[in-house]
Amino acid sequence: MFKQIASILMCAAIIGCAKGNMQQAETINIAGSTAFQPFAEKLAEEFMSAHPDVRVNVQGGGSAVGIQSVQSGVVQIGMADLVTLPKEAEGLNSIVAAKDAIVIAVHPDNKIDNLSLQQIQDVFSGKVNSWEQLGGEKGEKGEKKTIAVVSREEGSGTRNSFHDLVLKGVQLSPHALIQNSTGAVKMMIQTDPSAIGYITHGVVTPDVKAVAIDGIAPSLKNIKAGKYNVVRPIFLLTKGELQGKAKEFIDFILSPQGQKTIADNGLLPVK
Amino acid sequence: MKSKENLIQFGLLLTALSTIAILLLIALFIFQEGLPIILKVGISGFICGSHWSPQQGQFGIFPMIIGTAWITVGALLVSLPLSMSCAIYLSEFSTAKVRAILKPIIELLAGIPSVVYGFIGMVILFPMVRNYFGGTGPCVLSASIILGIMILPTITSIALDSLRAVPYSFREGSLALGATRWQTIRMVVLPAAKSGILSGIILGVGRAVGETMAVIMIAGNSVIIPNSFLDPVRTLTANIALEMNYAIGDHRQALFATGIVLFITIMILNVVANTIARGGVKE
Repeated sequence: MFKQIASILMCAAIIGCAKGNMQQAETINIAGSTAFQPFAEKLAEEFMSAHPDVRVNVQGGGSAVGIQSVQSGVVQIGMADLVTLPKEAEGLNSIVAAKDAIVIAVHPDNKIDNLSLQQIQDVFSGKVNSWEQLGGEKGEKGEKKTIAVVSREEGSGTRNSFHDLVLKGVQLSPHALIQNSTGAVKMMIQTDPSAIGYITHGVVTPDVKAVAIDGIAPSLKNIKAGKYNVVRPIFLLTKGELQGKAKEFIDFILSPQGQKTIADNGLLPVK
Repeated sequence: MKSKENLIQFGLLLTALSTIAILLLIALFIFQEGLPIILKVGISGFICGSHWSPQQGQFGIFPMIIGTAWITVGALLVSLPLSMSCAIYLSEFSTAKVRAILKPIIELLAGIPSVVYGFIGMVILFPMVRNYFGGTGPCVLSASIILGIMILPTITSIALDSLRAVPYSFREGSLALGATRWQTIRMVVLPAAKSGILSGIILGVGRAVGETMAVIMIAGNSVIIPNSFLDPVRTLTANIALEMNYAIGDHRQALFATGIVLFITIMILNVVANTIARGGVKE
């Protein structure tokens, strides 16, 4: 799979270069985290309008693809949204470009507004399996309302971050439902009154309810103040020191203007 | 003139062989990528192991094999009564005009993208399953219903074709002996069309085993051995599609190894379907 993706990227790069040579333009290739991809695309657009001689290609693929393709030299910059970088990323330079909060979300009709960290761990490990036990409502006919735990697939950056920041070593229940995108998890939560799951702060809408952890609501204010601490970094990875336009692009992302673009679109700036 | 003909023949042969070459290359690639991990974990450890957590180095796909089997059987239970009665009606009872309208409509079902089936399952089926059966919605039952509908056109149209292929004289003979219409269908037409119907069913099973997108959306994807029709399951195809994006190293090889199991299963199903169909011709 990676080989194919890598070769596709390579072709894209070659075509890009060929085109670039004609217009005397330089190409920067970026790939990785799908969580940061839309932001990278926005930033690339802004950077390109300021530097018409540079082309920035942004690809998704996931954090693993980001690490893999920067290691193999297919792209200059990889994106990864993991709390701790895996051993595959050894030897790469990492720069934190933004931060992203992970929010525990339930159906808007759910009466629960607050859960303790312990309760969340119990729910996701399967120890607690009905909303009653958390002080929630019974079903319409007084029956037990089982909790539908929704998680992400093994290897997902969001899942790894959630495990590191919230579960802290507690095993996820094997009965948890698995969905393979933030969108699908959100869809499950907004259609099932008994569901609980985790999604990034940027996609929270009134269709789902964000639960406070130990009394601290995941509001922008609390996140910025550092009170709500289920926050993961988004890394830009490079192989060695970058030169030329790629370095300029990273500098642009970290500049006040770049950080403002990140903040305006729902992520947390680092500066 | 002769040499020109030979040239064309050779060209066509090459084109035909390229299809086989593609199949061989795919097989080679999957085996090359997936075999190392199977050998490392051991064939029985891989196929019969019940724990799948690649990040802890556990690669057992038994729950997914069982999950695939449950969903496939469920889909057949949903699909068989519908598709068989549909095929029998269209072949034996309907007028040519009705058949000309209904058959293309049924085949149209096959043209609906599987994401759409998945979406319908999530939005319409989940609340219904929750209300009438309990559970959370994503489960063997939901997946079976949706998959059953998805394989309906495959089974119906192949069954219909083989029913229509039964010579009319068979029916006339049976009716002339005093059998009723239903007796004729049950004792003459259906047995005569048996091999065609069976290979249609097996192709339907193949489609159910291979379906991915809709199943990911509605089966829940938990790696557990289901105890009831209301438990969520993960199928072999779903396992590959869910985790491929992020997999590195052993994890990635294990997904290719899942592909090997799937590849062999589908091959066996196709060979069986072909053998049965050929057996029918011989009779």
